[in-house]
Amino acid sequence: MRLARGLRAWSVERQALLLWAAPLFFLLIFFFWPLGAIFRVGLVEGASQLGLEQVARVWRPFAFTLYQAFLSTLLTLLVGLPAAYLFARYEFPGKRVLRVLTSIPFILPTVVVAASFNALLGPRGLLNVGLMELLGLGEPPIRLLNSLGAILLAHVFYNTTIVIRMVGGAWSGLDPRLVQAAQVLGASRWRAFREVTLPLLLPSILASALLVFLFDFTSFGVVLLLGGPRYATLEVEIYIQALHMLNLPMAGLLSLVQLLCTLVLTVVYSRASGGIVVPVAPRGEAANTRRPTGRVERLITWILVLGLLLLLVSPLAALALRSVTRLDAARGERGEVQYGLTTQYYQELFINRRQSLFYVPPIEAARNSLVYAGVTLAISLSLGFLAAYALLRPARINRWLDPLFMLPLGTSAVTLGLGFILVFNRPPLDVRSFPLLIPIAHSLVALPFVVRSLQPALGSIPNQLRQAAAVLGASPLRVWREIDLPIIARAALGSAIFAFTISLGEFGATTFLARPEYPTLPVAIFRFLSQPGALNYGQALAMATILMLVTSAGILLIERLELPGGSL
Amino acid sequence: MLQVTDIWKSYEGKPLLCGVSFSVDPGETVCLLGASGSGKSTILRIIAGLEMPEAGRVLWRGEDLSSVPVYQRQFGLMFQDYALFPHRSVAENVAFGLRMQRLAQSEIDTRVREALELVNLDAFGQRRVTDLSGGEQQRVALARALAPRPRLLMLDEPLGALDRTLREQLLDELRQILRRTQVPAIYVTHDQEEAFAISDRLLLLHEGDVVQAGIPAEVYERPVSAWAAQFLGLGNLLEGRIVSTNPITEVETALGPFQPLCSHPNRPDGHRPGEEVTLLLRPSGALAANDPQAAVNRIEGEVADVVFRGDGFRVDLKVLKGQELRFYLGQAPSVGQPLSLVLPRESVLCLGKE
Repeated sequence: MRLARGLRAWSVERQALLLWAAPLFFLLIFFFWPLGAIFRVGLVEGASQLGLEQVARVWRPFAFTLYQAFLSTLLTLLVGLPAAYLFARYEFPGKRVLRVLTSIPFILPTVVVAASFNALLGPRGLLNVGLMELLGLGEPPIRLLNSLGAILLAHVFYNTTIVIRMVGGAWSGLDPRLVQAAQVLGASRWRAFREVTLPLLLPSILASALLVFLFDFTSFGVVLLLGGPRYATLEVEIYIQALHMLNLPMAGLLSLVQLLCTLVLTVVYSRASGGIVVPVAPRGEAANTRRPTGRVERLITWILVLGLLLLLVSPLAALALRSVTRLDAARGERGEVQYGLTTQYYQELFINRRQSLFYVPPIEAARNSLVYAGVTLAISLSLGFLAAYALLRPARINRWLDPLFMLPLGTSAVTLGLGFILVFNRPPLDVRSFPLLIPIAHSLVALPFVVRSLQPALGSIPNQLRQAAAVLGASPLRVWREIDLPIIARAALGSAIFAFTISLGEFGATTFLARPEYPTLPVAIFRFLSQPGALNYGQALAMATILMLVTSAGILLIERLELPGGSL
Repeated sequence: MLQVTDIWKSYEGKPLLCGVSFSVDPGETVCLLGASGSGKSTILRIIAGLEMPEAGRVLWRGEDLSSVPVYQRQFGLMFQDYALFPHRSVAENVAFGLRMQRLAQSEIDTRVREALELVNLDAFGQRRVTDLSGGEQQRVALARALAPRPRLLMLDEPLGALDRTLREQLLDELRQILRRTQVPAIYVTHDQEEAFAISDRLLLLHEGDVVQAGIPAEVYERPVSAWAAQFLGLGNLLEGRIVSTNPITEVETALGPFQPLCSHPNRPDGHRPGEEVTLLLRPSGALAANDPQAAVNRIEGEVADVVFRGDGFRVDLKVLKGQELRFYLGQAPSVGQPLSLVLPRESVLCLGKE
């Protein structure tokens, strides 16, 4: 008996291991090997030549990273908590639309966000050009770009949705009668909030703050594009040291610091988010919300709604509007400034004007992006399915492998890119000649999300359903087709869209890996944005607009699918 | 002590309470009985100050409470699902209201112990409320509501979430506790047995208004309308028309002539001939009709079902038009057999149409 049970247990482990084999191999080669290289370079080469100057060079970006992440998190909470309350407790016209709008920034590519704020507040942005024209000024009055303010603003734009989702979700599930019970027992509104609401929401507030901090800490594209050279975070400094100074040991050392920080943050976050238990209102969410009553409540509601709309919509609207607006002298004409709508920037995307070998017309960048996204989808979905099925086996190794697969989530894309450069520098795996490395890096970013979305869907199918189908006469293959497939189809579609959009927008790792003649869309936007000339600027905005529309469509689709576990 | 006058309130555009008025006297337990959705809980929430009425006033010893916020009313409210604070222990839950009164810690400790003793949970102080069973949670909720010694205790379906045996046991305990503490109480329920068992006075709520008020026995004896009789589960209803009132009221029905008891509490002048009425035929008191001549208060039918009830039998009698009437008899007829019953006059009550 014992032998039989032992054999069965062994066979379960072996099945799981078989399923794990491909994903594990992938992770070892493309995640742990590059990470190991960073450790080696950072510790051995970087730390060996450690002098006072080097310490300062690590310390300055490190301190600034902490500083800006802390400020960003604080501001995000300041905006997000009232918004979370608004969503959790009030009904107002347009709530559904606003809820969808708040979820869009989260997945938007960093270059799109940077381009949006540039189109709104930059020196050539709508606001500045409008003000210059109105007031007859010679230079742009708003100088938010290349400042700490721009970084903070973009981070708030990005992460408010996290606070709204996590805290708002907990808040709307919180039974409002708990607060009422406290009030009946003699607690004033404020006292009831302090004694009941706050302690019950604290775990989710802390968890969301940690997650926001983690994202702000590892933010790269936004800081690079909106902060300018004066505001180098660890991420930006790694990029500068590796690609501009060609100082790989220094970059490795910085990456090491970055890695340790994100690792600690990830561990603390998963600890903090693990214990969230909120008493759920028995009557469902709808009974807990109401329309605002009284003048003060209504006023505050409207201020919040308009504030959120302004924060979330105005940059994106500015981007789209600016990409079809001609505000400068038309090409080839001098002096006369023309205003008006134009599709010129979009038409230019298809033309190679410079006839230069290294100049890549945007349309080719778009094609590259689509191909990479397709490959990313294929890789991450096939590996994700294997891992998700493996996680369903009651095998002991899952306890070790499950957290292992979540590690790429807390690893910054720039660190990943640097690791790739350090490791894959000779054929057959050479950054310069092996084109699959970009979608592989993208897959590493997407994989944790894919696994986390497929696994609960697969696990939600009770075995009894399959057994019932079998008893009714369905063969195993038929069972999979009739039961498993329809139930997980939505989750699979959701993760496919997710992997696709992540790949389309990925910027951090791609800047390290993309060869000059094969840029992706975000890399092309970055290039065009940093070049002078109205046409380049317009084209950058046009590309960013297209990318924004495609990724937003992806998010809206995912939202429509209403997957279990939400989209975070 | 408490006076509720002419409360109006609508919910999602539909009228919910239409001029509800009643009062609660010292030491008295008043029961609000009504179907779900009849606005019972809303009345409690308005008295507690959690909701504002659209019209009408809540007075405490003559003082209008409309400008007194929830937390200063010194009322106790026991929520339907208890609303215990999940992040606090049993003792901390009970102590909450005492802390709000800024009592000294030693005083709080004593009062918490007393409250927990009162509900037989002496040893539970340090437990987490999430680890308690439904009945234990109910007791903690009661202790928490009683500990601050409220001027008025309100209970919103306090036994609704519990199973039947536990409900009966807790109902007895609750009645004793209310009697011992002498706290005036409003008890909301949709269960007429619970209401009859616990209330000193019973208010029947229907279509946004109090349709009947009185001590339980009175309400049982003289339901005000066919709806009340049906809601209270008092017996069989039969449509009819009054044919004469002098010297004795006689009602013609599809089952033949009846001579009911007719003193209407709201209509001392009695009924007029030709008026449509509903008869309440009480299930107990029916006798086998031995006298074939007795034509009045006589019911003929076929036995459809017989259920043994311990002290007798429940007999479902199929009468005309497929209608079934229910009676409690001492002896069991057999199913399918024809049966004639005669009801004494006390078992037939004439109820007016509203």
